Amino acid sequence: SLQDGTNWEKNEEIPRLPGETRVTDKDVIYMCPFNGPVKGRVYITNYRLYLRSLENDPVVVLDVPLGVISRIEKMGGASSRGENSYGLDITCKDMRNLRFALKQEGHSRRDIFEVLTKHAFPQSHNLLFFAFANEEKFSENGWMVYNPMSEYRRQGLPNERWRVTFINEHYGLCDTYPSLLVVPYNATDDDLKKVAAFRSRNRIPVLSWIHPENQAVIMRCSQPLVGMSGKRNKDDERYLDIIREANGQISKLTIYDARPNVNAVANKATGGGYESEDAYPNAELFFLDIHNIHVMRESLKKLKDIVYPNVEESHWLSSLESTHWLEHIKLVLTGAIQVADKVSSGRSSVLVHCSDGWDRTAQLTSLAMLMLDSYYRTIEGFEVLVQKEWISFGHKFASRIGHGDKNHADADRSPIFLQFIDCVWQMSKQFPTAFEFNEQFLITILDHLYSCRFGTFLYNSESVREKEKVTEKTLSLWSLINSEKSKYTNPFYSKELNRALYPVASMRHLELWVNYYIRWNPRIRQQQPNPVEQRYMELLALRDDYMRRLEELQITNNSKISNSSASSTSPSQMMSQVQTHF
Amino acid sequence: EIQIKEPIEKEVNPRLLPGELLLCEASTVYKYIHEDGSNRGTCGKLVCTNFKIAFLDDDSASDDNEPQLKNKIIGENDITLQCVDQIYGVYDEKKKLLTGQLRKYPEKLIIYCKDLRVFNFCLRFTKEEEVKRIVSGIIHHSQTPKLLKRLFLFSYASAAPNNTDERNQTVMFDTLEDWRNELERTKGNVQYKVVTTNEGYRISEKLPLYFVVPICVSEETILKYEGRGIPIWCWSCHNGAALLKMSAFPKEQDDSTAQMQKAFLDGIYKTISKPPYELLKTDDLSSSLPSLQDIQTAYTRYKQLFLIDNSADFWATDVKWFSLLESTNWLEIIRRVLKKAIEVVECLERQHTNVLLIEESATDLCCVISSLVQVMMDSYSRTKSGFQSLIQKEWVIGGHGFLDRCNHLHQSDKEEAPVFLLLLDCVWQLVQQYPAAFEFTETYLTVLSDSLYVPIFSTFFFNSQHQKDTNTTGESLETQSGPFRFLTVWDWSVQFDPKAQAFLNNPLYAEKPKPDKSQRKTARFKHQRQLSCPLTQTKSSPKRGFFREETDHLIKNILGKRIGKFINSSDEPPNSFREFYDSWHSKPVDYHGLLVPRIDGTEIRVWAQRFLRWIPEVQLHGGGTIATAARILDLMEEVERLQVKMDEEHSQAVSGNIHAVPMLRDSARLSSLFPFALIHRQSVKPALPTSTWKDLEDEDDLVKRDDEFVDLSSDML
Repeated sequence: SLQDGTNWEKNEEIPRLPGETRVTDKDVIYMCPFNGPVKGRVYITNYRLYLRSLENDPVVVLDVPLGVISRIEKMGGASSRGENSYGLDITCKDMRNLRFALKQEGHSRRDIFEVLTKHAFPQSHNLLFFAFANEEKFSENGWMVYNPMSEYRRQGLPNERWRVTFINEHYGLCDTYPSLLVVPYNATDDDLKKVAAFRSRNRIPVLSWIHPENQAVIMRCSQPLVGMSGKRNKDDERYLDIIREANGQISKLTIYDARPNVNAVANKATGGGYESEDAYPNAELFFLDIHNIHVMRESLKKLKDIVYPNVEESHWLSSLESTHWLEHIKLVLTGAIQVADKVSSGRSSVLVHCSDGWDRTAQLTSLAMLMLDSYYRTIEGFEVLVQKEWISFGHKFASRIGHGDKNHADADRSPIFLQFIDCVWQMSKQFPTAFEFNEQFLITILDHLYSCRFGTFLYNSESVREKEKVTEKTLSLWSLINSEKSKYTNPFYSKELNRALYPVASMRHLELWVNYYIRWNPRIRQQQPNPVEQRYMELLALRDDYMRRLEELQITNNSKISNSSASSTSPSQMMSQVQTHF
Repeated sequence: EIQIKEPIEKEVNPRLLPGELLLCEASTVYKYIHEDGSNRGTCGKLVCTNFKIAFLDDDSASDDNEPQLKNKIIGENDITLQCVDQIYGVYDEKKKLLTGQLRKYPEKLIIYCKDLRVFNFCLRFTKEEEVKRIVSGIIHHSQTPKLLKRLFLFSYASAAPNNTDERNQTVMFDTLEDWRNELERTKGNVQYKVVTTNEGYRISEKLPLYFVVPICVSEETILKYEGRGIPIWCWSCHNGAALLKMSAFPKEQDDSTAQMQKAFLDGIYKTISKPPYELLKTDDLSSSLPSLQDIQTAYTRYKQLFLIDNSADFWATDVKWFSLLESTNWLEIIRRVLKKAIEVVECLERQHTNVLLIEESATDLCCVISSLVQVMMDSYSRTKSGFQSLIQKEWVIGGHGFLDRCNHLHQSDKEEAPVFLLLLDCVWQLVQQYPAAFEFTETYLTVLSDSLYVPIFSTFFFNSQHQKDTNTTGESLETQSGPFRFLTVWDWSVQFDPKAQAFLNNPLYAEKPKPDKSQRKTARFKHQRQLSCPLTQTKSSPKRGFFREETDHLIKNILGKRIGKFINSSDEPPNSFREFYDSWHSKPVDYHGLLVPRIDGTEIRVWAQRFLRWIPEVQLHGGGTIATAARILDLMEEVERLQVKMDEEHSQAVSGNIHAVPMLRDSARLSSLFPFALIHRQSVKPALPTSTWKDLEDEDDLVKRDDEFVDLSSDML
């Protein structure tokens, strides 16, 4: 199957994007884990690895953007004896491994290994990402989707209690925050600077979302720098009180620390910590027990072990449970539900943080916003949500994904964003009519999270992106999606305004996202197209057809009636006639 | 239509069916509403009749909270005596199973039902006398052994007016004609015949009046061992291969008897392996599938997971949910049964081999496998009337011991095994994997499973056709009403009005285009082509010509190898199953052709609608599959309205009342528990797990780390 937007020129063996250049090709044996060895030719460009089998029945095609490659290993040595034991083993970030057997003669392997390594890990070789060479053209410009000012205006901001500040215009206050921030009207820029000194990496509490009716807000930040000695900061304490007061309610401010209690305590040893009751008497603190990035990485690794290449058969359910993957999903969703419910029915403003406020915090605020604000459940709204809560607020995509970086064992890597998308998928599964986008939309986002074809997820923060001129030199993933929206649209979507959508974070409902995690396994592939969707589309077509024919019939009938209108016509018929004609 | 007596007085009285008698009652009973963990409840009267236990709300104004799928016989607070699973009493916060005589009477009564409902009744405010009477009454009538004739079935049949819907399309298989038609429909009549040998039940009381055997089997042979050791025909595949079942001989102590039986069987095998019959493969289900005991144990554990007392209970089991499910083994049994059915399908479909299922009585696992094979291979069995006819053929007439297996009479726990539920769960797996291939919905399967416990239908309340026939005449009892006329469960109008019956029909199902004789051939050809695999012979009618062309020697050779006792699948190339399975799944699905279920671990699921439907914590407001289904139903109605309008425009008739009242389906408000939801939670409070924290023992070192290690204290100095 072809990648979207790819031009397949007639005379070429392989698809090529504008700006994509051929580097090398070679005959290999693809060691398909499902169907056994396949003789084929592999083509390597500056964007992808493409394999096509030599035999045509059936044609086996692999189309892998080099960005998804996490690790390339040589297998077997010059003395390897076994059949197909000499070649390359490629680990991918998207839940699969590729193995190619090569001939031992010549330097065939060394050449291909070097070419692959160079183009799969451009950052490690002082090369540019393919996104900077990509010359695709789209009818929509995805970079225009998110404009912070208009998003805040959509929320009704600024207002008499909340103001927009440009204090971070040149990233002087916080280099991992966006330039535009919304803060309490009653806090001066000077106050903000003082608060920044007491928050890890200067990530001060700023507004993410405001409830349109009760004015309660979702704030995000990093941990306070309490340390072993239990330091206090009057400015921070006062700032939190200003936030509490800003929604006009007298309730306490609720602080959700995403971490498990023990980890929050342990952080004191390195200067971090959490808001104590003594220092913040007007706040209530809850721990949400979500684990750190290392636990999540290990969990995904275990998940891959039980689904790739073969799905664990005999004890599927207990194996799945032992990966803890769904349990983590449950905890993240549970936390987000609590945040959303507190804001919506508890009418209290909330402050969410973890350690640095760019991983678990982003998950919680964005999921809570998805639950509370139906705008984010549209295609464009979701793009805004990702752009705002993840990209602009400095989720470290470059470090977590390791774009173009050969250091596959980097401890900074972690599937935090994947976990978020999985949570969104769980919600869309539970509420199949509530989201404008379909599963393909989510899968496409994940595919391009790794592909490096678009600038959208490159780099760690807005400040770096600005320096690298990402919006000028690369294309946005949203250009691809918004130019072909129908492909990503859920036909069952029905727009509902202002309805809070709470998923049930119970294992009885959560399920493994088979169409993503096990999509490479031909035995598990789901029925495509989905019969329910297919039937719905058929009915839609039938309805439109009937409506058209009915209209035609009415026109002919009416003209017949008007021709014979001299004869007795009932008043009601006259009426309908009149209505039709004007 | 069933007449229901209206309450005579203003006071709340139970609605009684014809023949139903009020046995005891207690007032000022509180029924807890298990919705939100609070101790809220409604006050009312608890009554026990010879049909049901019922709670009568003092405040009967709450009628607008009626479920969408309203059952005319059983109200939302009614529990038929056969539906009671276990009764617990609560004494000082401690739960105790109640069975026989009681010394002390409980403050609270918890009734767990076989349809997975859980009722909590508080008796603290009830008069002691009444507590004694109602508790012992309920226990006596629902939990202690009973005589068959004491079943409500008989009281009802003698008191109720006889007006069954005769237009039912279900084939009952109680006449010679029904079997002949079935043989003709499946083109089995060349090699198989209906026999009348058992008229008057002179061969066996376990066998039906009429059944089908290979033409070459003589009457004497059938008579010899009371029908044991005789291959009985279930169904013929389009290629002529047939599915047969056989009741095995019991383990014989006596050597010479065993020898004789063996010789008899060898004779049988020889006869039915000669042309015109295909090769024969036997499968002893009692050794290749879990035992009835295993099935009963698994189900007992499994259902317990869904009988939840309160919210805390729900969340406490949530973290370990997957391993709890696995430890019951129920889903694994479903997987094994489906796998066995696919193996049989592969033999019939691809190897053109007759398959003979063997089991002690041929009335339990034989029924499961033969029904599943037909559901998978014969699209007629996936229509409502076809499925019902199948249940009649294989189960009701086929002699499945419903009375014993469901333990309706509480006479012996040892005989109890949820064999029919196992079939329904397997069929549900198919329904959810191929939602467009069935004329009926999962709701149909759910209400069918509920009907197992409604003793006004004879369908599930006899062990055999013989038992039903001998008890229908009413010879023994004092009743002079003559032969009883029982209702059949297939008359759905008894339980549901037309509006509710609409939930049983699948809007995704597209009927097979009705072929006439000439088209039928092409349809079949297509069917075969789609299934063609390397091993398949695509020659027209390969099976008959095949043997005639071979030498006797070769036949003997093959047969000798093939019919050796209990050949199992290991005899074939080991990957033959996998190859068939993969090859089928790599092609597009023909919803009117063969259906092969996926049996990977990820695909075998919990029948959520049946098992989770009463649990408020899992409810999704405006979510679940019903959300999309409702959209489809709405659109279908719109299309229908347009059709009517168009017809009118064509005839230019003045519009009548074309706007039929659409069902009230505001998808935003529908609960995922629809159409069973009784819970109308007013608030939109989300369900929040109460216990989530779990130690990740094995990852201690990782857990303790921070995301990124940076000493923040240093830059503070």
